Amino acid sequence: MDPFMLLLLALLAFMIIGSLIAAETEDLLSSVVCVGAVGAGLAIIDLFLGAPDLAITQVVVEILCVTILIRVVLTRKDETHRTHKDTFAVGSVLLCLGILLAIGAWAMTALHPFGEPLLAGDQAGVAKQYLANGLADTGAANYVMAVLLDYRAYDTLGEATVIFVSIIGAYVVLRQRGRLRHDTGNEPDR
Amino acid sequence: MTQGMSLIVKTITRLVTSFIMLFGIYIVLYGHVSPGGGFAGGVILAAGLILLLLAFGKERTLTVISHGDSVTWDSAGALAFLAVAVLGYLAGDFFINFLGHGQPYQLASAGTIPLNNLAIGAKVGAGLFGVFLALAIFRPGRRQEEEK
Repeated sequence: MDPFMLLLLALLAFMIIGSLIAAETEDLLSSVVCVGAVGAGLAIIDLFLGAPDLAITQVVVEILCVTILIRVVLTRKDETHRTHKDTFAVGSVLLCLGILLAIGAWAMTALHPFGEPLLAGDQAGVAKQYLANGLADTGAANYVMAVLLDYRAYDTLGEATVIFVSIIGAYVVLRQRGRLRHDTGNEPDR
Repeated sequence: MTQGMSLIVKTITRLVTSFIMLFGIYIVLYGHVSPGGGFAGGVILAAGLILLLLAFGKERTLTVISHGDSVTWDSAGALAFLAVAVLGYLAGDFFINFLGHGQPYQLASAGTIPLNNLAIGAKVGAGLFGVFLALAIFRPGRRQEEEK
């Protein structure tokens, strides 16, 4: 097999093992650290596949997420507890997952082979147009930005709106002033 | 309890934060020439401010940028992005690149793309820092427990 593919598969295995540990470990802090390791693996894969924009964004967002999660985990008492494992439930879940995995593996064979995207072939449509005319159309040397902020700027506006609304939602959930408690008749404190 | 972390952390933070912010501004400004862009640069700016918050505590950091400031910058970035989009009507349609393309590979090129990057950088940086600030200074649950 191609050594490049082997490298990618090794990184993928690293990420899968990291996420399994993150899901199964008892300690919240080590779970957060494993989540960070998974993100770092994804950033390295992005770099190897030639997507530095994605790699930079992935690394910085992952660092921010891990920082926030560690901050939350350290100030909160660990309240995890073991749940009783039901053999029948676990077995049926595993059976369903196995069937899903088999169907998924069968469906994957119908896909295009990895590394040869559909848009790079004979059916090349917009992708080839962007690559051929990007610099002349927009003047941006970084074609990712040419697509994000010129050809597809409307989509980016939608994404910015999503971030804006989610931040407002976070403020609403975390806000300082409590809601009026009508049921008890208490005045809101401050 | 004194605010923030130990003297070592504070000294290193004092040395490093300006470089982190400079790198974030570079990533935002040169998004159309080299890899990066408004989102990544904005997250780096937010991370620098969060380092400041973690190292020096909230009292000191709130004098640099308060929660109101972060909300203002967040909204201003969103409005600026929308304004650039609407200004495209000068050339005929929504989001038209109405400025000249300029010399490729230069900082002043690609028309409205650097402006959009600046707007997104301010928006994302201030917004993410604001959320972290909200997580750090808003304590509704603990206060209710104290009342009981």
